[in-house]
Amino acid sequence: MTPPTDTEERRIAYGAAFTEGLAQMMAADPTVFVAGEDVGRAGGVCGSFRGLNDRFGDMRVVDTPISEQAIVGLGTGAAVSGLRPVVDLMFMDFILVAMDQIVNQAAKLKYMFGGKATLPMTITTSAGAGLSAAAQHSQSLEAMLCHIPGLKVVMPSNPYDAKGLLISCIRDDNPTVFVKHKRLLGLKGEVPEDPYEVPLGAASTVRSGDDVTVVTYGRMVHEATSAANALASEGIECDVIDLRTLQPLDMDTVIQSAQRTSRVAVVHEAVRFGGLGGEIASQIAEEAFDYLDAPIERVGAPFSPVPFSPALEKEWVPNAEMIGERIRALAAA
Amino acid sequence: MDPSPETLLDLHRRMVRIRHFEEAAGRLAEQNRLPGFLHLYVGEEAVAAGVCANLDDDDQISSTHRGHGHLVAKGGDYGAMMAELMGNATGYCGGKGGSMHICDLDLGMLGANGIVGGGVPIAVGAGFANKYRGSDRVSVVFFGDGASNIGAFHEAANMAAALSLPVLFVCENNEYGEFTPRDRTMAITDVVDRAAGYGMPGAIVDGMDVVAVWEAANEAVSRARRGEGPSFIEAKTYRFYNHHGVQTLGMKYRSDDELEQWKQRDPIELFEDRLAAAGVLDADGAQAVHAAAEADIEAAIAFAEESPLPDPDSLLVDVYTQAAYSGATA
Ligand SMILES: Cc1ncc(C[n+]2csc(CCOP(=O)(O)OP(=O)(O)O)c2C)c(N)n1
Ligand SMILES: [Mg+2]
Repeated sequence: MTPPTDTEERRIAYGAAFTEGLAQMMAADPTVFVAGEDVGRAGGVCGSFRGLNDRFGDMRVVDTPISEQAIVGLGTGAAVSGLRPVVDLMFMDFILVAMDQIVNQAAKLKYMFGGKATLPMTITTSAGAGLSAAAQHSQSLEAMLCHIPGLKVVMPSNPYDAKGLLISCIRDDNPTVFVKHKRLLGLKGEVPEDPYEVPLGAASTVRSGDDVTVVTYGRMVHEATSAANALASEGIECDVIDLRTLQPLDMDTVIQSAQRTSRVAVVHEAVRFGGLGGEIASQIAEEAFDYLDAPIERVGAPFSPVPFSPALEKEWVPNAEMIGERIRALAAA
Repeated sequence: MDPSPETLLDLHRRMVRIRHFEEAAGRLAEQNRLPGFLHLYVGEEAVAAGVCANLDDDDQISSTHRGHGHLVAKGGDYGAMMAELMGNATGYCGGKGGSMHICDLDLGMLGANGIVGGGVPIAVGAGFANKYRGSDRVSVVFFGDGASNIGAFHEAANMAAALSLPVLFVCENNEYGEFTPRDRTMAITDVVDRAAGYGMPGAIVDGMDVVAVWEAANEAVSRARRGEGPSFIEAKTYRFYNHHGVQTLGMKYRSDDELEQWKQRDPIELFEDRLAAAGVLDADGAQAVHAAAEADIEAAIAFAEESPLPDPDSLLVDVYTQAAYSGATA
């Protein structure tokens, strides 16, 4: 995660890093356009598209009707016709409205057509709980998308990756899904001004240790890191791996770490059952079973819709304390 | 049909009760005493009141993210509503749903909805159940101008008409979906134009005139009860507060002038003038209705604030129904 050295340090927010990356891609490539609900005049409901409509006009920053299926279809049709669309679905829960267009159409066209179609489309959206937005505005549904051959999926944890992964997604010739976390939008970090790519399919190790490997992504990188920092004072040292891209998965980085530490925990905010943790754990079991000293631990949300009340939601979203407890038990196992 | 004096007073009371609930919710939100999103119905009261005054508890409605007004109009309990907005155990949904999922199935209120258009097919399903049972119940779906652009609306409207279901489609056209004006997202001015495409009769009403809404709904509901199928009402209305939360003046997406002009046509003030002129309710009488609603809302807030938080053990309760099959229900 080392930024190019010729750039002075500059700290901007995760949301602003997204906007900057998008604006730079639009400026550099006239085939890049954005479409989505409230992305134009309003600049996006979370401000992620602010200023783009003024700068690039209505044809390139398109306010759409509330029509998620048609928004993704617009992107798919425009992509096979030579444009490079970025289509926004506001909150990740709403991708479900467009699932046919994403899963049956965009993800499969190239393959079904014997390779003839190219779909350089990026779908952007925001996921995550913790804001009392309740069951239909808080979900983390990335596992559903990662299950679909033909899609690529990223979930950045910090401003640097937000910009770099977005640029990589836009430049990629496949349908990609770029998932922000709502609660990271204001997080500030170092972001070079010039455009750069964070390669798709490359994890980063955000903290090193020899006792336990913690595999995570998105906002949980921060919870897992603070759990790991607290555990260090007890003499438990964790490798914390930020996957960054979820499809394709960088399993090499994960396996190498697992072989060194012999203990692995996978942490995500999504519901634990059927979450990516299961896939990651089984790949580790397949590739590095002989190295393991303990069963692989999975931390994820309980098996319920996201509750509204803060009193319940705080029990639902995994946090540093919960993660720390499980890692401590794992280290002792 | 002309509304009786009792109906007029009923309409007034429903509107006033919505207004006071929403104003109180807005105040609490501004004091950070309500978690989550809050979409207020202030300005649109005549629509919910005018429609719901034609319904019985057995008739169903499905609602939107802007759903408090629909529930109050259907007879919802202030205390259980306020407690839900606060996320407390005594709330309508035990704190699990909040503002966007507030419901009262005993009153036929099938839920506010976080998904735009999500409630439309559900009301059609309720209408199907009513027809299936041979009852004369009707279902009503409230939805926004913005929601009329989503596939679920079109599929459900077509299905309701094709199956001739007893459903009333009520479009609350407040000219905006979030922060984007209607003319940027559809090429027609009147959403009701869409009804014809599905073979449904449609009418436009002044959504700030509760009697006009009541009359149109009365006709449509009677038609549905007679088994003559669905109809569509477009109520032209306006929200006085922001898309969510309260703040309004100085918002970039609509002008202060436009807002002030609509506020000149406050549905409650318009109606109170009319009630006074007709000798049905004078200013003192109207004031008493406001005072009663205000007292109720204060009591509801006190009840909600004294209520316990949900027990963390309830987190995994009600993901599934546990009861075993007990034979056919009615
Ligand atoms: C499927 C879906 N897409 C987008 C949203 C975000 N959203 C919430 S309310 C809203 C605007 C709805 O406009 P309208 O139907 O006119 O209702 P109004 O808010 O004006 O009452 C949008 C886009 C959502 N909740 N669900
Ligand atoms: Mg609207």
